[in-house]
Amino acid sequence: MNCRNIVRELSNYLDEALDSTLKASIEKHLEHCEDCKVVVDTTKQTIQIYCNSEPAPLPEDTRQRLRDALKKRLRGVRV
Amino acid sequence: MNPVEPPAHALPSTVVKDDEPVLVAAAKAGDISAFETLVGRYERKIFRLAQNITQNREDAEDAMQESFLKAFEHLGEFQGNSRFYTWLVRIAVNQALMKLRKRRPNQVSLDDEIDTGEELIPRDVEDWGPSPEDRYEQSELSNILTSTISELDPSFRVVFQLRDIEELSTEETAEALGLSVPAVKSRLLRARLKLRQKLNRYFKRSENS
Repeated sequence: MNCRNIVRELSNYLDEALDSTLKASIEKHLEHCEDCKVVVDTTKQTIQIYCNSEPAPLPEDTRQRLRDALKKRLRGVRV
Repeated sequence: MNPVEPPAHALPSTVVKDDEPVLVAAAKAGDISAFETLVGRYERKIFRLAQNITQNREDAEDAMQESFLKAFEHLGEFQGNSRFYTWLVRIAVNQALMKLRKRRPNQVSLDDEIDTGEELIPRDVEDWGPSPEDRYEQSELSNILTSTISELDPSFRVVFQLRDIEELSTEETAEALGLSVPAVKSRLLRARLKLRQKLNRYFKRSENS
């Protein structure tokens, strides 16, 4: 296992989609390769930050136009 | 649409609530209020999805409206084999991609195999130190995340959006985008590495000292 292989398997490793042998050999490499460890950790953080980010509330005018469109099309209300 | 297997990752509990199947069943039976409750629950996420794909507020708003209207119109076709939200996301992706292609017809092809010729080995390997979520105000962090993802090529951006933000499975993402599973995996890896690299500007430890 070398650094290039670690990068190639990075997504599968983070998604826990590897068999136990490959996973173990990656973890063995990470024990002594500080650069790969940093890449794994910061890529994991990248995913988590985006995954945890809450969407902003809709702008009020956008929300109103959505409500109007739904009323008009779903309820047949003239808006 | 074909039924798909549920994704490997559960959505956060704030997204999928226990009453969802009841609301969906009521909406299918014609209860408009039930459908409006579902709209209220997902409008922010669908708008963000559409904005990230189209990179244009007007297009995102149109895509969101059309997605909800289309979802209501086709609710009878929703089988319940996947979550309602996943089904809705697939509709929204199609609407948003149509807007994007209309605006930039020559730039957006999701199905071409991408060989950027770029080396995958990361540069700028530096620890990020304290959690970026603690280091930045929420609105500041949100701006960083939005502007950083907008720098990605659309074909990477949309894959990352579906897999890592909307938490669809690889298979669901492939189906929604009409891509093969290996193509999704390859783009996801590149998208993750590119975003990591770009976020390094803000989050690396030396930036904080």
